[in-house]
Amino acid sequence: MSGYQARFKVWRGDVDGGGLEDFQVEVNDGEVVLDIIHRLQATQVPDLAVRWNCKAGKCGSCSAEINGRPRLMCMTRMSVFDRAETVTVTPLRAFPVIRDLVTDVGFNYRKAREIPAFVPPAGLGPGEYRMMQEDVDRPQEFRKCIECFLCQDTCHVVRDHEENKTAFAGPRFLMRVAELDMHPLDAAADTGLDRERTAQEVHGLGYCNITKCCTEVCPEGIKITDNALIPLKERAVDRKYDPLVWLGAKIRRRGAGG
Amino acid sequence: MATGTEPPATEPPQARGGVRGATRAAIAAPHLRTDRWWLAPAATAAGLLAFVVYSTWRAFADTDYYAAPYVSPFYSPCLAERCRPMHAGPNWELFGGWWGISPAIIILLFPLGFRLTCYYYRKAYYRSFWASPPACAVAEPHRTYTGETRFPLVLQNLHRYFFYAALVVAGILTYDTALAFRDEHYAWGHMGLGTLVFLLNIVLIWAYTLSCHSCRHIVGGKLKHFSRHPVRYRMWQVVSRLNARHMLLAWASLVSVALADLYVWLVASGAFDDPRFF
Amino acid sequence: MSVVDRQEWDVVVVGAGGAGLRAAIEARERGCRTAVVCKSLFGKAHTVMAEGGIAAAMGNANEHDSWQVHFRDTLRGGKFLNQWRMAELHAREAPDRVWELETWGALFDRTEDGRISQRNFGGHEYPRLAHVGDRTGLELIRTLQQKVVALQQEDFRETGDHEARLKVFQECTVTRVLKDGDRVGGVFGYERESGRFFVLEAPAVVIATGGIGKSFKVTSNSWEYTGDGHALALLAGAPLLNMEFVQFHPTGMVWPPSVKGILVTESVRGDGGVLRNSEGERFMFRYVPDVFKEKYAETEEEADRWYDDPDRNRRPPELLPRDEVARAINAEVKAGRGSPHGGVFLDVSTRMPAEVIKRRLPSMYHQFKELADVDITAEAMEVGPTCHYVMGGIAVDSDSAAARGVPGLYAAGEVAGGMHGSNRLGGNSLSDLLVFGRRAGRHAAEYAAALAAARPRVDDVQVDAAAAEALRPFSAEAEAGTDGDAEVAVAHDGPGGRPPENPYTLHQELQQTMNDLVGIIRREGEMRQALEKLAELRVRARRAGVEGHRQFNPGWHLALDLRNMLLVSECVARAALERTESRGGHTREDCPSMDRAWRRINLLCTLTDPTGGLAAADPVSGRIHLARETTEPVRPDLLALFDKEELVKYLAEEELYE
Repeated sequence: MSGYQARFKVWRGDVDGGGLEDFQVEVNDGEVVLDIIHRLQATQVPDLAVRWNCKAGKCGSCSAEINGRPRLMCMTRMSVFDRAETVTVTPLRAFPVIRDLVTDVGFNYRKAREIPAFVPPAGLGPGEYRMMQEDVDRPQEFRKCIECFLCQDTCHVVRDHEENKTAFAGPRFLMRVAELDMHPLDAAADTGLDRERTAQEVHGLGYCNITKCCTEVCPEGIKITDNALIPLKERAVDRKYDPLVWLGAKIRRRGAGG
Repeated sequence: MATGTEPPATEPPQARGGVRGATRAAIAAPHLRTDRWWLAPAATAAGLLAFVVYSTWRAFADTDYYAAPYVSPFYSPCLAERCRPMHAGPNWELFGGWWGISPAIIILLFPLGFRLTCYYYRKAYYRSFWASPPACAVAEPHRTYTGETRFPLVLQNLHRYFFYAALVVAGILTYDTALAFRDEHYAWGHMGLGTLVFLLNIVLIWAYTLSCHSCRHIVGGKLKHFSRHPVRYRMWQVVSRLNARHMLLAWASLVSVALADLYVWLVASGAFDDPRFF
Repeated sequence: MSVVDRQEWDVVVVGAGGAGLRAAIEARERGCRTAVVCKSLFGKAHTVMAEGGIAAAMGNANEHDSWQVHFRDTLRGGKFLNQWRMAELHAREAPDRVWELETWGALFDRTEDGRISQRNFGGHEYPRLAHVGDRTGLELIRTLQQKVVALQQEDFRETGDHEARLKVFQECTVTRVLKDGDRVGGVFGYERESGRFFVLEAPAVVIATGGIGKSFKVTSNSWEYTGDGHALALLAGAPLLNMEFVQFHPTGMVWPPSVKGILVTESVRGDGGVLRNSEGERFMFRYVPDVFKEKYAETEEEADRWYDDPDRNRRPPELLPRDEVARAINAEVKAGRGSPHGGVFLDVSTRMPAEVIKRRLPSMYHQFKELADVDITAEAMEVGPTCHYVMGGIAVDSDSAAARGVPGLYAAGEVAGGMHGSNRLGGNSLSDLLVFGRRAGRHAAEYAAALAAARPRVDDVQVDAAAAEALRPFSAEAEAGTDGDAEVAVAHDGPGGRPPENPYTLHQELQQTMNDLVGIIRREGEMRQALEKLAELRVRARRAGVEGHRQFNPGWHLALDLRNMLLVSECVARAALERTESRGGHTREDCPSMDRAWRRINLLCTLTDPTGGLAAADPVSGRIHLARETTEPVRPDLLALFDKEELVKYLAEEELYE
């Protein structure tokens, strides 16, 4: 297989406006979309703004929308496209654009701060932590997250409704709540912090209508909806809506407290 | 300075809008997807609609739902005085003569509620009927969105109750399946094609019910330490494996329940004779 | 000059990888207002690429392990050139640093009894690497990131401002360390997003910028690794140590071309993967050097038994230190026994069941599947050496991580030299980040606190000069013929009128030069050639010009980074030319053996003319001055950890009898 000339449309502009620009660019065997963007930089538009870092799908910097789908540019092989096809690359459309393919992802960093951190258990010093593999499996899946924010980008709750950004943490950070809630040694409850309740009351879990786009776009293959968001919803149900659980807890508390 | 880690200096004006909002990259198209993204929601809508039409007709028909020893799953348990007598069958006259319409309505509320609040079906109809969103990264048509935070959608949290009810219903349908091992004279130890249809249906109903996210949560998902509850951990693992196929089971059991009803209807209306094996 | 935004902080940390964040956390916890500046988004640092694990002698997997054994392995790996006190501190403190991460929420893989699981790695006598699958670096960076956020939440509760005492300036580049006399006074940088300049005034600056890999063509390093910290220190007057030692990781991807160099973790070998040549031979058995003969298996049978019974068998030679394996692969390919794309075969598919591979090496499975269409559970990978790590770096005090000669300047992580000697063991980098990140943060905080009353001042002249230097690429075209910027001494590049140079082209030429001429196997003639080429590139880089404006302009950013890469490359080439032996990450074809006399020699690079700005130096003779220095003798109780017979192989006669 040899190189060929591909047609690209790349969005260029900033917050004041912009549009899709056409390019013809060489593509070689085994290349990914990010290689092509780099070739454009090196040969045609040296000031084309793009974020990238590891180029191996591990850092989550080069998120963009390719043919309308949120993806990592470094993990999108050119071979998935037809040679005659025009490949369209735009910045993430849920966040304010800065320039070209770079968006202001500050929303995510602000949300990260709203999730109370891990609370270390009292009375356990460094080196004394004992956790079983089966207990850390669940939160470990969520910690595979590379924070590419594709799930935040694709989630229609904020993508299509700017006004929800205040109330809704987004899949990545609801997953963070789930991660901490499933951490075998997190002692938030001892400090009076009920993560399950706050997921709903503070971080906007109720906005999620489990349409699973976050899971679809996750480059790490994390089952965000099935393993984090729905279990979190179920835990919130435990707290607020399930009479049997409430009754059970009442009885057990009267018993030994387990 | 730097990439916005600071909160905005002033409360942002209640900015509205989505991908075509003022701060977003200026792209007029609501989406740039080039694949056939509409296929999945369209197929889902068609499938669900077909079932709704069929089941509504059958539920209100109030006829041809019993052909000994088979009772249509839509009419089981049959709880009104007006029900056809079913020998040792699931008919208990809890509702007197005052119940004037099809007895299916009484009981169908429960499986309907279970499926309506099911996490998979929610995804399916939010996408295909409500277009919220129609597909990933395709702009939805609604101006506002509050998800499941308010009435009526906050009631989706009742899924747990419906799950408990669905367990009872599945139990009764299991009983029906056991009864299907009789012949038309209620003698035990027989089987016909209908028995197989019922068997298939009940297996799928159980698989769907047990693969439910609520079930997964109750059997073990709610635990913080699996290591302290080895039995529940095993159960959780089994349910989790089923849960991964929840969508498939949801469709399969939907089809099988309609099929079981259709079979009873065909036999009861005389259009078809149940082939007996022994 | 325009007015530049100035802010006052107590400690500024340049770099937000493992070392930078650990330093920042420490400085903040010791009460200093701390600013972290990083080129990427917060949490994207190159540390995420570390796969294998964190080496720490916790003894969870094998109770015989101890800091002494770890120290011994580290020195062996570094061929005794390590700054021994650093290696000692590192081995002693690493377990505490790992356990501390757990109290911040890290979730490592577990042993049967619930402790942190530890895995085997090249050069480590016992299973020692705390890990999370093969994404340990991600876990480390995320844990530190979340700890930073936790501290910010604390500050928010107290002050109402998350960033009152700990702030991350993300997507900002520091181009100069500013000084007040000899002392550090702060840093000058620009926001990548807007192109705006800023000055952070601070009495203490911790440099934690990582490595230099982007000066090489085939590298596992990301774009950030342009040797910024090395150059900042040089320009501030601090020396660099042993820059000739560059580690080529033996296993990088070789195909397809666009991913060439991307790392294939050493855990593949630690967990049972074997290297084979095109003839199907496990060739590593032929490459065990004398100094390691007693420690490694001689037959495949023994090597295979080792995975289950490490106490009674010797380890497979695939787990030799990285420099040995990289050289062996290089030799096999040269001898014509390479794979179709110029590497060798690394195979796990015949060694483990598919689901075990997927569980233990998930991101490798993912990486090969997605990027190369190779299913590693069914076929062998093709791998070859890739530039991975620089052992050399800023010369620092072992205990305090303070850079030599510049009060207030500290360095930690890959950018600091000495810890790993001539070759780093896998897993020792993450522990290095934590141990010395914390030490740098602590000493920077103490130093800054002591100066609270007499903070250094930064004068406008320096700031203006730094701004002019940073703006230069925009005026490259106009420069020829006119008199350039008056503030900086500008050397003219001969007759004017030539078009500006494309920074991308310059970068590619630099990478090619370093890869071909100062790469894994070095020769005197080639290195001289490299120095000439570097001189030429340096002259041309003065004319590197860019289009567009200052807002998020990658061409401009690269033009500025070129200065650093050229400086660092010159250090590497000069030091490599000087050291006439082969040791660790420095292999000379013309001086193929290790020379005990060289063990005592450190090579220090300094700027020839630190006062005159960059251009003042003569382009041909270069800007780097090289000096030799005799190392401090190893403390006797540490030497006593080794057998006499082993020491004889490394130490010079006179050292042995001291």
